[in-house]
Amino acid sequence: MILDLVPLMPELLVAAAALALLMLGVFRKADTSREATVLAGLAMGGALAVLVGVEGARQTAFGGMFILDGFAGFSKALILVASAMTVSMSLDYLKRENIARFEYPVLVLFATLGMMMMVSANDFLSLYLGLEMQSLSLYVLAAYHRDSARATEAGLKYFVLGALASGMLLYGASLIYGFAGTTSFDSLAKVLGGSGHPNLGVVAGLVFVMAGLAFKVSAVPFHMWTPDVYEGAPTPVTAFFAVAPKIAALSLLTRVLIGPFGELAHQWQQVVVFISLASMAVGSFAAIGQTNIKRLMAYSSIGHVGFALVGLAAGSDLGVQGVLIYVAIYLFMNVGAFGVILAMRQKGRAVEGIADLAGLAKTNPSMAFVMAVLMFSMAGIPPLAGFWGKFYVFMAAVKADLWTLAIVGMLTSVVSAFYYLRIVKVMYFDDAVEALDHPTNPPIRLVMAVSALVVLLFTFLPGPLLIGAKAAAQSLFAAG
Amino acid sequence: MFEIGLAHYLTVAAILFTLGVFGIFLNRKNVIIIMMSIELMLLAVNLNLVAFSSFLNDLVGQVFAMFILTVAAAEAAIGLAIVVVFFRNRGTIAVEEISQLKG
Repeated sequence: MILDLVPLMPELLVAAAALALLMLGVFRKADTSREATVLAGLAMGGALAVLVGVEGARQTAFGGMFILDGFAGFSKALILVASAMTVSMSLDYLKRENIARFEYPVLVLFATLGMMMMVSANDFLSLYLGLEMQSLSLYVLAAYHRDSARATEAGLKYFVLGALASGMLLYGASLIYGFAGTTSFDSLAKVLGGSGHPNLGVVAGLVFVMAGLAFKVSAVPFHMWTPDVYEGAPTPVTAFFAVAPKIAALSLLTRVLIGPFGELAHQWQQVVVFISLASMAVGSFAAIGQTNIKRLMAYSSIGHVGFALVGLAAGSDLGVQGVLIYVAIYLFMNVGAFGVILAMRQKGRAVEGIADLAGLAKTNPSMAFVMAVLMFSMAGIPPLAGFWGKFYVFMAAVKADLWTLAIVGMLTSVVSAFYYLRIVKVMYFDDAVEALDHPTNPPIRLVMAVSALVVLLFTFLPGPLLIGAKAAAQSLFAAG
Repeated sequence: MFEIGLAHYLTVAAILFTLGVFGIFLNRKNVIIIMMSIELMLLAVNLNLVAFSSFLNDLVGQVFAMFILTVAAAEAAIGLAIVVVFFRNRGTIAVEEISQLKG
Protein backbone atom coordinates (compact mmCIF):
# COMPACT_ATOMS: atom_id res chain seq x y z
CA MET A 1 0.00 0.00 0.00
CA ILE A 2 1.34 3.39 -0.97
CA LEU A 3 0.82 6.04 1.65
CA ASP A 4 -0.06 9.14 -0.32
CA LEU A 5 0.64 12.15 1.86
CA VAL A 6 0.36 14.85 -0.80
CA PRO A 7 -3.16 16.02 0.24
CA LEU A 8 -1.86 16.34 3.80
CA MET A 9 1.06 18.64 3.01
CA PRO A 10 -0.48 21.82 4.55
CA GLU A 11 -1.38 19.94 7.75
CA LEU A 12 2.08 18.36 7.95
CA LEU A 13 3.68 21.78 7.61
CA VAL A 14 1.54 23.24 10.42
CA ALA A 15 2.18 20.21 12.66
CA ALA A 16 5.95 20.32 12.05
CA ALA A 17 6.00 24.06 12.70
CA ALA A 18 4.09 23.66 15.97
CA LEU A 19 6.47 20.95 17.21
CA ALA A 20 9.54 22.94 16.11
CA LEU A 21 8.27 26.05 17.93
CA LEU A 22 7.67 23.95 21.04
CA MET A 23 11.31 22.82 20.88
CA LEU A 24 12.50 26.37 20.30
CA GLY A 25 10.56 27.59 23.30
CA VAL A 26 11.84 24.83 25.57
CA PHE A 27 15.52 25.00 24.67
CA ARG A 28 15.97 28.77 24.37
CA LYS A 29 16.31 30.32 27.81
CA ALA A 30 15.26 33.82 26.75
CA ASP A 31 11.67 34.90 26.10
CA THR A 32 10.83 33.63 22.61
CA SER A 33 7.24 34.85 22.36
CA ARG A 34 8.07 37.34 19.58
CA GLU A 35 10.00 34.84 17.45
CA ALA A 36 7.34 32.16 18.03
CA THR A 37 4.54 34.52 16.97
CA VAL A 38 6.35 35.62 13.80
CA LEU A 39 7.27 32.03 12.89
CA ALA A 40 3.73 30.80 13.56
CA GLY A 41 2.38 33.48 11.23
CA LEU A 42 4.94 32.49 8.58
CA ALA A 43 4.04 28.79 8.99
CA MET A 44 0.36 29.59 8.38
CA GLY A 45 1.27 31.64 5.32
CA GLY A 46 3.46 28.78 4.09
CA ALA A 47 0.66 26.28 4.68
CA LEU A 48 -1.65 28.52 2.65
CA ALA A 49 0.86 28.58 -0.22
CA VAL A 50 1.25 24.78 -0.08
CA LEU A 51 -2.53 24.41 0.04
CA VAL A 52 -2.92 26.44 -3.15
CA GLY A 53 -0.26 24.19 -4.72
CA VAL A 54 -1.78 20.80 -3.81
CA GLU A 55 -5.45 21.71 -4.09
CA GLY A 56 -7.30 20.64 -7.21
CA ALA A 57 -9.30 17.53 -7.93
CA ARG A 58 -10.81 15.47 -5.10
CA GLN A 59 -8.03 13.56 -3.32
CA THR A 60 -8.21 11.26 -0.31
CA ALA A 61 -5.62 9.89 2.11
CA PHE A 62 -5.51 7.41 5.03
CA GLY A 63 -7.87 4.96 3.37
CA GLY A 64 -10.51 7.57 2.60
CA MET A 65 -10.58 9.07 6.11
CA PHE A 66 -9.06 12.35 5.00
CA ILE A 67 -10.31 14.27 2.01
CA LEU A 68 -9.05 17.33 0.18
CA ASP A 69 -11.61 18.74 -2.24
CA GLY A 70 -12.55 22.25 -3.29
CA PHE A 71 -14.79 22.69 -0.24
CA ALA A 72 -12.08 21.65 2.22
CA GLY A 73 -9.53 23.79 0.39
CA PHE A 74 -11.71 26.91 0.52
CA SER A 75 -12.51 26.45 4.23
CA LYS A 76 -8.87 25.76 5.08
CA ALA A 77 -7.75 28.91 3.27
CA LEU A 78 -10.25 30.94 5.36
CA ILE A 79 -9.13 29.23 8.58
CA LEU A 80 -5.44 29.91 7.85
CA VAL A 81 -6.11 33.57 7.00
CA ALA A 82 -8.21 34.00 10.17
CA SER A 83 -5.62 32.34 12.41
CA ALA A 84 -2.71 34.25 10.89
CA MET A 85 -4.49 37.60 11.25
CA THR A 86 -5.55 37.00 14.85
CA VAL A 87 -2.18 35.63 15.94
CA SER A 88 -0.39 38.64 14.43
CA MET A 89 -2.60 40.99 16.46
CA SER A 90 -2.14 39.08 19.71
CA LEU A 91 1.49 39.75 20.64
CA ASP A 92 1.18 43.44 21.55
CA TYR A 93 -1.81 42.84 23.85
CA LEU A 94 -0.23 39.80 25.54
CA LYS A 95 3.02 41.69 26.15
CA ARG A 96 1.19 44.62 27.72
CA GLU A 97 -0.76 42.27 30.00
CA ASN A 98 2.47 40.42 30.90
CA ILE A 99 1.16 37.09 29.66
CA ALA A 100 3.25 36.80 26.47
CA ARG A 101 4.70 33.28 26.40
CA PHE A 102 5.78 31.12 23.48
CA GLU A 103 2.98 28.63 24.21
CA TYR A 104 0.36 31.00 22.84
CA PRO A 105 1.28 30.76 19.13
CA VAL A 106 1.99 27.03 19.58
CA LEU A 107 -1.51 26.45 20.96
CA VAL A 108 -3.02 28.50 18.14
CA LEU A 109 -1.09 26.38 15.64
CA PHE A 110 -2.35 23.15 17.21
CA ALA A 111 -5.92 24.48 17.21
CA THR A 112 -5.52 25.49 13.56
CA LEU A 113 -4.22 22.01 12.74
CA GLY A 114 -7.29 20.51 14.44
CA MET A 115 -9.59 22.78 12.43
CA MET A 116 -7.88 21.82 9.18
CA MET A 117 -8.36 18.15 10.07
CA MET A 118 -12.03 18.86 10.86
CA VAL A 119 -12.89 20.37 7.51
CA SER A 120 -11.05 17.53 5.75
CA ALA A 121 -12.72 14.78 7.79
CA ASN A 122 -14.37 12.07 5.70
CA ASP A 123 -15.10 9.62 8.51
CA PHE A 124 -16.56 10.02 12.00
CA LEU A 125 -13.25 8.87 13.47
CA SER A 126 -11.19 11.59 11.76
CA LEU A 127 -13.99 14.08 12.50
CA TYR A 128 -13.76 13.29 16.21
CA LEU A 129 -9.96 13.46 16.32
CA GLY A 130 -9.85 16.78 14.47
CA LEU A 131 -12.61 18.24 16.63
CA GLU A 132 -10.91 17.16 19.86
CA MET A 133 -7.54 18.45 18.73
CA GLN A 134 -9.16 21.82 18.16
CA SER A 135 -11.24 21.76 21.34
CA LEU A 136 -8.44 20.70 23.69
CA SER A 137 -6.25 23.55 22.41
CA LEU A 138 -9.12 26.01 22.76
CA TYR A 139 -9.88 24.97 26.37
CA VAL A 140 -6.29 25.81 27.28
CA LEU A 141 -6.37 29.07 25.31
CA ALA A 142 -9.57 30.22 27.06
CA ALA A 143 -7.86 29.79 30.46
CA TYR A 144 -4.57 31.16 29.07
CA HIS A 145 -4.44 34.07 31.51
CA ARG A 146 -4.01 31.73 34.44
CA ASP A 147 -3.82 34.39 37.15
CA SER A 148 -7.12 35.93 36.15
CA ALA A 149 -10.20 34.58 37.93
CA ARG A 150 -12.39 35.53 34.96
CA ALA A 151 -10.21 33.78 32.36
CA THR A 152 -9.98 30.56 34.37
CA GLU A 153 -13.72 30.62 34.94
CA ALA A 154 -14.23 31.05 31.19
CA GLY A 155 -11.89 28.11 30.57
CA LEU A 156 -13.70 25.92 33.09
CA LYS A 157 -17.13 26.70 31.65
CA TYR A 158 -15.91 26.15 28.11
CA PHE A 159 -14.30 22.86 29.10
CA VAL A 160 -17.36 21.41 30.84
CA LEU A 161 -19.84 22.41 28.14
CA GLY A 162 -17.43 21.52 25.32
CA ALA A 163 -16.86 18.06 26.78
CA LEU A 164 -20.63 17.61 27.06
CA ALA A 165 -20.96 18.54 23.37
CA SER A 166 -18.21 16.08 22.40
CA GLY A 167 -20.00 13.38 24.38
CA MET A 168 -23.28 14.02 22.57
CA LEU A 169 -21.55 14.02 19.20
CA LEU A 170 -19.86 10.71 20.02
CA TYR A 171 -23.07 9.12 21.23
CA GLY A 172 -24.67 10.12 17.94
CA ALA A 173 -21.70 8.76 16.00
CA SER A 174 -21.96 5.44 17.86
CA LEU A 175 -25.67 5.16 17.02
CA ILE A 176 -25.02 5.95 13.36
CA TYR A 177 -22.23 3.37 13.30
CA GLY A 178 -24.47 0.73 14.83
CA PHE A 179 -27.53 1.27 12.69
CA ALA A 180 -25.83 2.08 9.37
CA GLY A 181 -22.85 -0.28 9.86
CA THR A 182 -20.13 2.19 8.88
CA THR A 183 -18.51 5.43 9.99
CA SER A 184 -17.15 6.46 6.61
CA PHE A 185 -18.95 9.38 4.98
CA ASP A 186 -18.70 7.86 1.50
CA SER A 187 -20.18 4.51 2.60
CA LEU A 188 -22.84 6.27 4.68
CA ALA A 189 -23.95 8.22 1.61
CA LYS A 190 -24.31 4.91 -0.27
CA VAL A 191 -26.07 3.07 2.58
CA LEU A 192 -28.53 5.90 3.27
CA GLY A 193 -29.00 6.78 -0.39
CA GLY A 194 -30.94 3.69 -1.45
CA SER A 195 -33.44 3.26 1.37
CA GLY A 196 -36.66 5.20 1.04
CA HIS A 197 -37.47 5.08 4.74
CA PRO A 198 -34.54 6.06 7.00
CA ASN A 199 -33.74 3.92 10.01
CA LEU A 200 -34.90 5.51 13.26
CA GLY A 201 -31.56 4.76 14.96
CA VAL A 202 -29.66 6.67 12.27
CA VAL A 203 -32.01 9.65 12.57
CA ALA A 204 -31.61 9.68 16.36
CA GLY A 205 -27.83 9.53 15.91
CA LEU A 206 -27.95 12.37 13.42
CA VAL A 207 -29.86 14.53 15.91
CA PHE A 208 -27.20 13.90 18.58
CA VAL A 209 -24.41 14.71 16.10
CA MET A 210 -26.18 17.93 15.12
CA ALA A 211 -26.61 18.90 18.78
CA GLY A 212 -22.88 18.40 19.36
CA LEU A 213 -21.92 20.44 16.31
CA ALA A 214 -24.51 23.16 17.06
CA PHE A 215 -22.66 23.55 20.36
CA LYS A 216 -19.35 24.09 18.59
CA VAL A 217 -20.80 26.76 16.29
CA SER A 218 -22.64 28.27 19.33
CA ALA A 219 -26.08 28.05 17.77
CA VAL A 220 -29.16 28.45 20.00
CA PRO A 221 -30.19 26.44 22.11
CA PHE A 222 -26.56 25.44 22.76
CA HIS A 223 -25.13 28.96 22.97
CA MET A 224 -25.03 29.57 26.75
CA TRP A 225 -21.25 29.27 26.99
CA THR A 226 -20.51 31.88 24.31
CA PRO A 227 -21.04 35.21 26.11
CA ASP A 228 -19.24 34.05 29.27
CA VAL A 229 -16.26 32.63 27.40
CA TYR A 230 -15.96 35.63 25.07
CA GLU A 231 -16.06 38.04 28.00
CA GLY A 232 -13.77 36.13 30.33
CA ALA A 233 -11.04 35.01 27.92
CA PRO A 234 -8.18 37.41 27.07
CA THR A 235 -9.19 39.62 24.11
CA PRO A 236 -6.75 38.10 21.53
CA VAL A 237 -8.15 34.66 22.42
CA THR A 238 -11.71 35.97 21.98
CA ALA A 239 -10.74 37.38 18.58
CA PHE A 240 -9.44 33.96 17.60
CA PHE A 241 -12.51 32.14 19.01
CA ALA A 242 -14.87 34.43 17.12
CA VAL A 243 -13.56 33.57 13.68
CA ALA A 244 -11.48 30.44 13.01
CA PRO A 245 -13.36 27.80 15.10
CA LYS A 246 -16.71 29.15 13.86
CA ILE A 247 -15.63 28.78 10.22
CA ALA A 248 -14.27 25.27 10.87
CA ALA A 249 -17.36 24.04 12.73
CA LEU A 250 -19.77 25.55 10.20
CA SER A 251 -17.87 23.91 7.33
CA LEU A 252 -17.85 20.61 9.18
CA LEU A 253 -21.59 20.81 9.87
CA THR A 254 -22.19 21.59 6.20
CA ARG A 255 -20.08 18.67 5.02
CA VAL A 256 -21.76 16.20 7.42
CA LEU A 257 -25.29 17.27 6.50
CA ILE A 258 -24.81 17.63 2.73
CA GLY A 259 -22.41 14.69 2.23
CA PRO A 260 -23.38 11.49 4.09
CA PHE A 261 -26.83 12.70 5.15
CA GLY A 262 -27.77 14.52 1.94
CA GLU A 263 -30.54 11.97 1.32
CA LEU A 264 -32.01 12.66 4.76
CA ALA A 265 -32.39 16.37 3.98
CA HIS A 266 -36.11 16.42 4.85
CA GLN A 267 -35.17 15.01 8.30
CA TRP A 268 -32.48 17.55 9.23
CA GLN A 269 -33.92 20.54 7.42
CA GLN A 270 -36.53 21.26 10.13
CA VAL A 271 -33.83 21.10 12.82
CA VAL A 272 -31.55 23.50 10.94
CA VAL A 273 -34.48 25.86 10.30
CA PHE A 274 -35.31 25.86 14.01
CA ILE A 275 -31.77 26.50 15.27
CA SER A 276 -31.27 29.14 12.60
CA LEU A 277 -34.46 31.00 13.60
CA ALA A 278 -33.63 30.72 17.32
CA SER A 279 -30.02 31.88 16.80
CA MET A 280 -31.06 34.91 14.76
CA ALA A 281 -33.66 35.89 17.36
CA VAL A 282 -31.41 35.44 20.41
CA GLY A 283 -28.46 37.06 18.62
CA SER A 284 -30.42 40.21 17.89
CA PHE A 285 -32.59 40.61 21.01
CA ALA A 286 -30.17 39.53 23.75
CA ALA A 287 -27.43 41.83 22.45
CA ILE A 288 -29.48 45.00 22.92
CA GLY A 289 -28.90 45.37 26.66
CA GLN A 290 -25.16 44.62 26.65
CA THR A 291 -22.61 47.14 27.88
CA ASN A 292 -19.43 45.07 27.46
CA ILE A 293 -18.28 45.05 23.85
CA LYS A 294 -16.85 41.51 23.97
CA ARG A 295 -20.18 40.22 25.28
CA LEU A 296 -21.94 42.15 22.55
CA MET A 297 -19.69 40.51 19.95
CA ALA A 298 -20.60 37.11 21.42
CA TYR A 299 -24.32 37.70 20.83
CA SER A 300 -23.51 39.23 17.46
CA SER A 301 -21.62 36.04 16.49
CA ILE A 302 -24.59 33.89 17.61
CA GLY A 303 -26.77 35.96 15.29
CA HIS A 304 -24.28 35.64 12.42
CA VAL A 305 -24.21 31.86 12.83
CA GLY A 306 -28.02 31.94 12.55
CA PHE A 307 -27.76 33.87 9.27
CA ALA A 308 -25.15 31.48 7.88
CA LEU A 309 -27.36 28.50 8.80
CA VAL A 310 -30.14 29.99 6.64
CA GLY A 311 -28.02 29.00 3.64
CA LEU A 312 -27.45 25.51 5.01
CA ALA A 313 -31.19 25.05 5.63
CA ALA A 314 -31.76 25.58 1.91
CA GLY A 315 -29.62 22.48 1.36
CA SER A 316 -28.79 23.42 -2.24
CA ASP A 317 -25.45 24.23 -3.85
CA LEU A 318 -26.63 27.84 -3.93
CA GLY A 319 -27.18 27.65 -0.16
CA VAL A 320 -23.73 26.17 0.52
CA GLN A 321 -22.20 28.85 -1.68
CA GLY A 322 -24.08 31.41 0.42
CA VAL A 323 -22.73 29.89 3.65
CA LEU A 324 -19.15 30.05 2.34
CA ILE A 325 -19.52 33.66 1.15
CA TYR A 326 -21.12 34.57 4.48
CA VAL A 327 -18.34 33.07 6.60
CA ALA A 328 -15.65 34.65 4.40
CA ILE A 329 -17.17 38.12 4.84
CA TYR A 330 -17.86 37.42 8.53
CA LEU A 331 -14.15 36.63 8.94
CA PHE A 332 -13.01 40.07 7.74
CA MET A 333 -15.74 41.98 9.61
CA ASN A 334 -14.98 40.24 12.88
CA VAL A 335 -11.20 40.34 12.64
CA GLY A 336 -11.38 44.08 11.93
CA ALA A 337 -13.81 44.72 14.79
CA PHE A 338 -11.58 42.80 17.19
CA GLY A 339 -8.60 44.81 15.93
CA VAL A 340 -10.45 47.91 17.17
CA ILE A 341 -11.38 46.20 20.46
CA LEU A 342 -7.73 45.16 20.99
CA ALA A 343 -6.70 48.77 20.39
CA MET A 344 -9.14 50.12 23.03
CA ARG A 345 -6.88 51.42 25.77
CA GLN A 346 -7.09 54.38 28.12
CA LYS A 347 -3.66 55.47 29.41
CA GLY A 348 -2.30 52.02 28.59
CA ARG A 349 -5.04 50.11 30.42
CA ALA A 350 -7.31 47.85 28.34
CA VAL A 351 -11.02 48.79 28.45
CA GLU A 352 -14.01 46.80 27.19
CA GLY A 353 -17.06 49.02 27.72
CA ILE A 354 -19.11 50.25 24.77
CA ALA A 355 -19.29 53.63 26.52
CA ASP A 356 -15.49 53.87 26.40
CA LEU A 357 -15.76 54.36 22.62
CA ALA A 358 -17.53 57.69 23.19
CA GLY A 359 -16.15 60.56 21.13
CA LEU A 360 -13.78 58.35 19.16
CA ALA A 361 -14.69 60.24 15.98
CA LYS A 362 -13.02 63.35 17.39
CA THR A 363 -10.03 61.77 19.13
CA ASN A 364 -9.17 59.17 16.46
CA PRO A 365 -11.22 59.67 13.27
CA SER A 366 -9.60 56.85 11.27
CA MET A 367 -10.24 54.19 13.92
CA ALA A 368 -13.82 55.43 14.33
CA PHE A 369 -14.27 55.27 10.56
CA VAL A 370 -13.02 51.64 10.41
CA MET A 371 -15.31 50.62 13.27
CA ALA A 372 -18.27 52.45 11.70
CA VAL A 373 -17.71 50.72 8.35
CA LEU A 374 -17.53 47.32 10.05
CA MET A 375 -20.64 47.97 12.15
CA PHE A 376 -22.64 49.13 9.10
CA SER A 377 -21.46 46.02 7.28
CA MET A 378 -22.46 43.72 10.16
CA ALA A 379 -25.88 45.36 10.22
CA GLY A 380 -26.15 44.45 6.53
CA ILE A 381 -26.43 47.92 5.07
CA PRO A 382 -25.68 48.08 1.33
CA PRO A 383 -23.31 48.54 -0.43
CA LEU A 384 -20.99 47.03 2.20
CA ALA A 385 -19.87 43.39 2.14
CA GLY A 386 -22.14 42.28 4.99
CA PHE A 387 -25.19 43.08 2.87
CA TRP A 388 -24.03 40.68 0.13
CA GLY A 389 -23.37 37.91 2.65
CA LYS A 390 -26.98 38.16 3.83
CA PHE A 391 -28.23 38.61 0.25
CA TYR A 392 -26.78 35.28 -0.94
CA VAL A 393 -28.08 33.19 2.00
CA PHE A 394 -31.55 34.75 1.86
CA MET A 395 -31.70 34.27 -1.91
CA ALA A 396 -30.89 30.57 -1.47
CA ALA A 397 -33.61 30.31 1.21
CA VAL A 398 -36.19 31.97 -1.04
CA LYS A 399 -35.29 29.67 -3.95
CA ALA A 400 -35.83 26.69 -1.60
CA ASP A 401 -39.26 28.10 -0.59
CA LEU A 402 -38.16 28.80 2.98
CA TRP A 403 -40.04 32.10 3.15
CA THR A 404 -40.43 32.13 6.95
CA LEU A 405 -36.68 31.86 7.36
CA ALA A 406 -35.96 34.66 4.89
CA ILE A 407 -38.58 37.01 6.37
CA VAL A 408 -37.64 36.38 10.01
CA GLY A 409 -33.98 36.77 8.98
CA MET A 410 -34.63 40.20 7.50
CA LEU A 411 -36.65 41.30 10.54
CA THR A 412 -33.98 40.18 13.01
CA SER A 413 -31.31 41.86 10.94
CA VAL A 414 -33.26 45.11 11.32
CA VAL A 415 -33.38 44.55 15.09
CA SER A 416 -29.64 43.84 15.19
CA ALA A 417 -29.01 47.05 13.24
CA PHE A 418 -30.14 48.84 16.42
CA TYR A 419 -27.15 47.81 18.51
CA TYR A 420 -24.62 48.06 15.69
CA LEU A 421 -25.78 51.60 14.94
CA ARG A 422 -25.74 52.40 18.66
CA ILE A 423 -21.96 51.84 18.60
CA VAL A 424 -21.68 54.25 15.66
CA LYS A 425 -23.82 56.76 17.54
CA VAL A 426 -21.65 56.46 20.66
CA MET A 427 -18.50 57.05 18.59
CA TYR A 428 -19.82 59.98 16.54
CA PHE A 429 -22.32 61.82 18.73
CA ASP A 430 -21.37 61.23 22.36
CA ASP A 431 -18.73 63.30 24.12
CA ALA A 432 -15.56 61.59 25.20
CA VAL A 433 -15.13 61.21 28.96
CA GLU A 434 -11.59 60.02 28.46
CA ALA A 435 -9.92 59.64 25.06
CA LEU A 436 -8.66 56.27 23.87
CA ASP A 437 -4.93 55.90 23.17
CA HIS A 438 -3.83 55.89 19.55
CA PRO A 439 -2.95 52.34 18.50
CA THR A 440 0.77 52.08 17.78
CA ASN A 441 1.10 48.39 16.99
CA PRO A 442 1.65 47.96 13.19
CA PRO A 443 -0.06 44.53 12.80
CA ILE A 444 -3.27 45.75 14.47
CA ARG A 445 -3.37 48.84 12.26
CA LEU A 446 -2.68 46.72 9.19
CA VAL A 447 -5.46 44.23 10.03
CA MET A 448 -7.92 47.08 10.65
CA ALA A 449 -7.03 48.68 7.32
CA VAL A 450 -7.19 45.40 5.37
CA SER A 451 -10.55 44.35 6.80
CA ALA A 452 -12.10 47.79 6.24
CA LEU A 453 -10.82 47.75 2.64
CA VAL A 454 -12.21 44.26 2.00
CA VAL A 455 -15.59 45.25 3.42
CA LEU A 456 -15.68 48.49 1.40
CA LEU A 457 -14.40 47.10 -1.90
CA PHE A 458 -16.24 43.77 -1.99
CA THR A 459 -19.14 45.31 -3.92
CA PHE A 460 -16.82 46.39 -6.72
CA LEU A 461 -14.65 43.26 -6.81
CA PRO A 462 -16.78 40.32 -5.69
CA GLY A 463 -15.45 38.02 -8.45
CA PRO A 464 -12.68 35.99 -6.75
CA LEU A 465 -14.70 35.19 -3.64
CA LEU A 466 -17.89 34.34 -5.55
CA ILE A 467 -16.10 32.06 -8.01
CA GLY A 468 -14.10 30.33 -5.26
CA ALA A 469 -17.20 29.76 -3.11
CA LYS A 470 -19.17 28.49 -6.10
CA ALA A 471 -16.48 25.97 -7.09
CA ALA A 472 -16.16 24.86 -3.44
CA ALA A 473 -19.93 24.36 -3.08
CA GLN A 474 -20.13 22.40 -6.32
CA SER A 475 -17.27 20.10 -5.30
CA LEU A 476 -19.37 19.06 -2.28
CA PHE A 477 -22.33 18.12 -4.45
CA ALA A 478 -20.37 16.54 -7.31
CA ALA A 479 -18.93 13.88 -5.00
CA GLY A 480 -22.26 12.72 -3.55
CA MET B 1 -33.24 -19.44 27.96
CA PHE B 2 -32.68 -15.79 28.72
CA GLU B 3 -29.91 -14.39 26.57
CA ILE B 4 -28.16 -11.04 26.79
CA GLY B 5 -28.44 -9.41 23.36
CA LEU B 6 -27.53 -6.13 21.72
CA ALA B 7 -30.62 -4.38 23.11
CA HIS B 8 -29.47 -4.96 26.68
CA TYR B 9 -26.07 -3.42 26.05
CA LEU B 10 -27.65 -0.44 24.32
CA THR B 11 -30.07 0.07 27.20
CA VAL B 12 -27.28 0.02 29.78
CA ALA B 13 -25.25 2.46 27.66
CA ALA B 14 -28.27 4.75 27.26
CA ILE B 15 -28.86 4.73 31.04
CA LEU B 16 -25.20 5.49 31.74
CA PHE B 17 -25.21 8.30 29.17
CA THR B 18 -28.35 9.84 30.67
CA LEU B 19 -26.83 9.60 34.15
CA GLY B 20 -23.75 11.41 32.82
CA VAL B 21 -25.79 14.23 31.27
CA PHE B 22 -27.93 14.66 34.38
CA GLY B 23 -24.82 14.51 36.55
CA ILE B 24 -23.51 17.60 34.75
CA PHE B 25 -26.72 19.61 35.05
CA LEU B 26 -28.20 18.56 38.39
CA ASN B 27 -25.01 18.46 40.43
CA ARG B 28 -24.67 21.62 42.53
CA LYS B 29 -21.69 20.64 44.62
CA ASN B 30 -18.36 20.02 43.05
CA VAL B 31 -16.60 20.32 39.69
CA ILE B 32 -14.89 16.95 40.21
CA ILE B 33 -18.33 15.30 40.03
CA ILE B 34 -18.85 17.02 36.67
CA MET B 35 -15.56 15.53 35.43
CA MET B 36 -16.74 12.09 36.58
CA SER B 37 -20.03 12.58 34.73
CA ILE B 38 -18.13 13.45 31.54
CA GLU B 39 -16.12 10.24 31.86
CA LEU B 40 -19.35 8.32 32.41
CA MET B 41 -20.77 9.70 29.17
CA LEU B 42 -17.67 8.75 27.20
CA LEU B 43 -17.67 5.25 28.69
CA ALA B 44 -21.31 4.81 27.74
CA VAL B 45 -20.34 5.67 24.17
CA ASN B 46 -17.51 3.12 24.32
CA LEU B 47 -19.91 0.44 25.52
CA ASN B 48 -22.21 1.29 22.62
CA LEU B 49 -19.39 1.09 20.10
CA VAL B 50 -17.99 -2.20 21.38
CA ALA B 51 -21.45 -3.80 21.51
CA PHE B 52 -22.18 -2.69 17.95
CA SER B 53 -18.73 -3.79 16.82
CA SER B 54 -19.28 -7.30 18.16
CA PHE B 55 -22.82 -7.42 16.78
CA LEU B 56 -21.77 -6.25 13.29
CA ASN B 57 -18.57 -8.36 13.20
CA ASP B 58 -16.73 -5.17 12.26
CA LEU B 59 -13.54 -3.92 13.92
CA VAL B 60 -14.05 -0.19 13.30
CA GLY B 61 -16.11 0.22 16.48
CA GLN B 62 -13.37 -1.21 18.69
CA VAL B 63 -10.71 0.95 17.04
CA PHE B 64 -12.98 3.95 17.61
CA ALA B 65 -13.34 2.98 21.29
CA MET B 66 -9.55 2.86 21.71
CA PHE B 67 -9.23 6.35 20.24
CA ILE B 68 -11.95 7.65 22.56
CA LEU B 69 -10.16 6.19 25.59
CA THR B 70 -6.94 7.97 24.58
CA VAL B 71 -8.59 11.31 23.89
CA ALA B 72 -10.64 11.05 27.11
CA ALA B 73 -7.39 10.72 29.07
CA ALA B 74 -6.00 13.88 27.44
CA GLU B 75 -9.29 15.67 28.04
CA ALA B 76 -9.32 14.72 31.73
CA ALA B 77 -5.73 15.96 32.11
CA ILE B 78 -6.59 19.35 30.61
CA GLY B 79 -9.81 19.57 32.61
CA LEU B 80 -8.05 18.88 35.89
CA ALA B 81 -5.34 21.43 35.02
CA ILE B 82 -8.02 24.08 34.45
CA VAL B 83 -9.70 23.12 37.74
CA VAL B 84 -6.35 23.54 39.52
CA VAL B 85 -5.75 27.07 38.16
CA PHE B 86 -9.36 27.95 38.97
CA PHE B 87 -8.87 26.75 42.55
CA ARG B 88 -5.67 28.81 42.88
CA ASN B 89 -7.54 31.96 41.86
CA ARG B 90 -10.74 31.47 43.80
CA GLY B 91 -9.92 29.02 46.60
CA THR B 92 -12.96 26.88 45.84
CA ILE B 93 -14.32 24.53 43.18
CA ALA B 94 -17.95 24.57 44.31
CA VAL B 95 -20.26 24.80 41.31
CA GLU B 96 -22.23 27.73 42.81
CA GLU B 97 -19.05 29.80 42.94
CA ILE B 98 -18.48 29.61 39.16
CA SER B 99 -20.65 32.65 38.62
CA GLN B 100 -18.51 35.75 38.15
CA LEU B 101 -19.42 36.01 34.48
CA LYS B 102 -23.07 36.53 33.70
CA GLY B 103 -25.48 38.93 32.06
